[in-house]
Amino acid sequence: MMIGEKDKDRPWLLGRPEPRVDGLGKVTGEARFTDDLDEVGQVWGVVLRAAHPHARIVSLDVEEARLAPGVVAVLTARDIPGNPFVGGVVQDQPVLAGTAGAGGGAGHDLDRVRMLGDGVALVAAETEAQARDALGLIRVGYEPLPVVTDPREALRPESPLVHDRGNLVVHHGVRHGDPAVGFEYAHRVYERAYATPRIEHAYLEPECVIARPVEGGGVEVVGSIQNLFSTRRAVASVLGVPLNRVRIRHAVLGGSFGGKDDVMTVMACRAALLARATGRPVKMVNTREESMLESYKRHPYFLDYRAGVDRDGNLCAMRMDIVADAGAYASMSPFVTYRSVVQAAGPYRCPHVWTDVRAAYTNNPYTGAMRGFGSPQVNFAIECLVDEIAEDQGLDPLTYRRRIVFRDGDVTPTGQRLAGHRVSLDEVLARIGDASGFVDKWWRYRAAREAPAAFRRGIGVACSYRGVSLGAEGVDAAATFVQVQPDGSVIVSSGVTDMGQGAQTAVAQCAAEVLGVPLDRVVFLNTDTSRIPDSGPTVASRGTIMGGSAAADAAAQVRARMLEVAADLLGQPVKNLVIREGLVGTGGAEGSFVPSRLTFADLAGECFRRGVALAALGWFRAPPTSWHEETGQGIAYFTYVYGANVAEVVVDSGTGRVRVEEFWSVHDCGRVVNRLGAEGQVHGGVAMGLGYGLLEEFEVEQGVPKASNFDEYLIPTAMDVPRMHVEFVENPDPAGRLGQKSLGEPTNEIAAPAVVNAIANATGRRIREIPATLEQVLIGRRLTRSGLRGSEVARGGEASCKVRGEEG
Amino acid sequence: MKQLPEDLVSIRLTVNGVVRSLDVHPGETLLEVLRGRLRLTGTKRGCEVGECGACTVVLDGRAVNSCLVLAVQADGAEVLTVEGLAREGALHPLQRAFLEHGAVQCGFCTPGMLMSAHALLAQDPSPTPDAVRRAIAGNLCRCTGYQAIVDAVLAAAGEANSS
Repeated sequence: MMIGEKDKDRPWLLGRPEPRVDGLGKVTGEARFTDDLDEVGQVWGVVLRAAHPHARIVSLDVEEARLAPGVVAVLTARDIPGNPFVGGVVQDQPVLAGTAGAGGGAGHDLDRVRMLGDGVALVAAETEAQARDALGLIRVGYEPLPVVTDPREALRPESPLVHDRGNLVVHHGVRHGDPAVGFEYAHRVYERAYATPRIEHAYLEPECVIARPVEGGGVEVVGSIQNLFSTRRAVASVLGVPLNRVRIRHAVLGGSFGGKDDVMTVMACRAALLARATGRPVKMVNTREESMLESYKRHPYFLDYRAGVDRDGNLCAMRMDIVADAGAYASMSPFVTYRSVVQAAGPYRCPHVWTDVRAAYTNNPYTGAMRGFGSPQVNFAIECLVDEIAEDQGLDPLTYRRRIVFRDGDVTPTGQRLAGHRVSLDEVLARIGDASGFVDKWWRYRAAREAPAAFRRGIGVACSYRGVSLGAEGVDAAATFVQVQPDGSVIVSSGVTDMGQGAQTAVAQCAAEVLGVPLDRVVFLNTDTSRIPDSGPTVASRGTIMGGSAAADAAAQVRARMLEVAADLLGQPVKNLVIREGLVGTGGAEGSFVPSRLTFADLAGECFRRGVALAALGWFRAPPTSWHEETGQGIAYFTYVYGANVAEVVVDSGTGRVRVEEFWSVHDCGRVVNRLGAEGQVHGGVAMGLGYGLLEEFEVEQGVPKASNFDEYLIPTAMDVPRMHVEFVENPDPAGRLGQKSLGEPTNEIAAPAVVNAIANATGRRIREIPATLEQVLIGRRLTRSGLRGSEVARGGEASCKVRGEEG
Repeated sequence: MKQLPEDLVSIRLTVNGVVRSLDVHPGETLLEVLRGRLRLTGTKRGCEVGECGACTVVLDGRAVNSCLVLAVQADGAEVLTVEGLAREGALHPLQRAFLEHGAVQCGFCTPGMLMSAHALLAQDPSPTPDAVRRAIAGNLCRCTGYQAIVDAVLAAAGEANSS
């Protein structure tokens, strides 16, 4: 069904700052998150987790726990009827670790724990307290194994093996030109090492599921689940039943940011096992401590960058060697590192680029998808490096970037020609430079650092290009179902999940745009795997482009049928008819609209009486991509988005404290679908990015996390986040049915380098390891504290502050 | 307060204008009573150590983390939760402002934010932006970057003052 040019070029509803379609219940308290739900007859499920970060399980005795008060079932790996392993890419993660002989296969032996978050047994009991009490009665015999925690060490031949098939999870390479040749004509060569931290998603809602047994050996699960179809695949595989016997729905989700994927899949599998075993609904809720222990994190990266610059200041060769810490399981590491290898060199022209990215297993908490997905790490490195090169070349960093960024028709390091859409990075940089007064301030603050001062001011910039949606990672298609009711109200459902980011509003707005109805006429149903086709995961900032394009497709089908009836009623040819603001009328090519007396509601009623199908399934398949694994060449993503951040900071020369005073963010995300939602994405992405740059690190020592709750893992508060100025450069992209693209992740991937570059402008000191804590800013290295909690220190434990490297 | 068998304690508190008499365990938190016994699930459980603010309610005019208040401490008190903000079907100005300004994303912090803001405006009807930020500094939000929330609270204050 055709989406007319009218829809694409002259939207009437897209871009408006419409309130969220799911907002009302969230301000009244009526919105039901999973933990707000209970089932009649439900039991509570809890998990016994590993006592060592790496150990063989030699014995497991659950008999006493089985007899404990209130206990209904105790399950171990031996009780799993189907496949005991899950994993989106590599099936290497046991739903429960067990003893030898419990199952598993070569390279994936089931009889050991590989991180402290691993589960060993499940208990279901009448109350949560009874279930937790019973955990203490399970006896596990461990034979501790050597622990490896540094991914670079894990790749050495003598390293302990986390998985028998070796510690290398994945190796991606890009081979573009020949850096050996490029470095020969380099005038200057820069070699820098960068490191980025492991961080926690810190969604405010802890993980929760409720599983209910249903006939045919299946289950129905409702939960705080980001990627319902991935979870369904795993639950069906673990239970050994077909996909149509497993129904997964989400309740209102309290944030995810990529984080409620694998951890929810494992939780859903466990609840499903307990539901099948007990014949009763099972509820599982993580405490915050369990959440921080068990959930996967953003990958820490170690990045070695080498760049050559010719006599004109252009990049002539780049060589990058990057190692990512995958933790105990592969999770999304193969795809996260794919994005890293594609985007590692940044949005800059360079004829000779070789990049290697490896991910290694360790006994740390596993790492997976998190907003940005392999880009925040490489963007930090390249944006710091380019900033340093600019200053060394005697240019301000904004002007230098504008000289070397991609423009229409340029070729990326994967050999992809950027065409078919506007390559707008120069426009984006120009806009942010004007808005922030960058160039003038940068020179002024740089000059001011010659004189002593208690407080120093600095301004920093960073920019990026980002591939839209999944790219050559995999199948990329999505469904949206649109139904018009006989009274003209509309119900939309989609395979795309709303975790809080506003997918329901954006997708509904795309449907309403094409149908011609106000957004308040649309109700959006939470996603249900049994009622909408598998639309892939809601990741990679693909919700608005994929779900929204499918919505436009569905709405166009319904609209075409309705307009035929309208043509009959109004005596006008279909091509003259337009629906807008809930009214049917006539419109001209120049966008004029003359309403008739016929309303959308009356038209819907008449269509219903005539037996017209007022519902349609929309489908959108992404344009093709390609990838050659050996050379790392191909059409990595079907289109790209562009963005830039500027941070202005004040640095306290006495303490190293950095205060971000003001922040600018400019993005070309194609057509803006909902201005309110778009601005909200930028605000939240920047705040999270500032946490990454200045504050956050989920520290782990010998496989043991040092933080277990928000008293020790600090995220930015309202006092830490500055006023943000957001602007959009709108270049509608032919790839999206309504010209829309992506925004969620671009907002989050360059705030950290913008701030660190601002600190360099203020102090003259380049920080290459984030977070830029007080000590990094003040003395240029990190201090680390003991593993004791503050309360333990107060009770007479050791000193709370030790300098790493001074201990031995 | 009288001691009951099985260690239960009888308390009486006013929640959203309704007097409730309950027999609670001495160790039960106000959060557990609100969510578990009164089924007022709008108040959220986020960390249970008083750090995230998702469980914020207004207790005798002050914003408190209900996970840190024992139910017995609330005996005789007046409690306002998010469910008590709208009156006779009409949204409170704070609720309207949160929707209009895009201050809600995932919504998990929203009830606590609303209650902190409510307590602030009761004390300081014309707060500065910094005062709003201070008042919600104990409420973590991972989605919004706080900007739209601050704008919404200021707008609600402005509306209340002009009417």
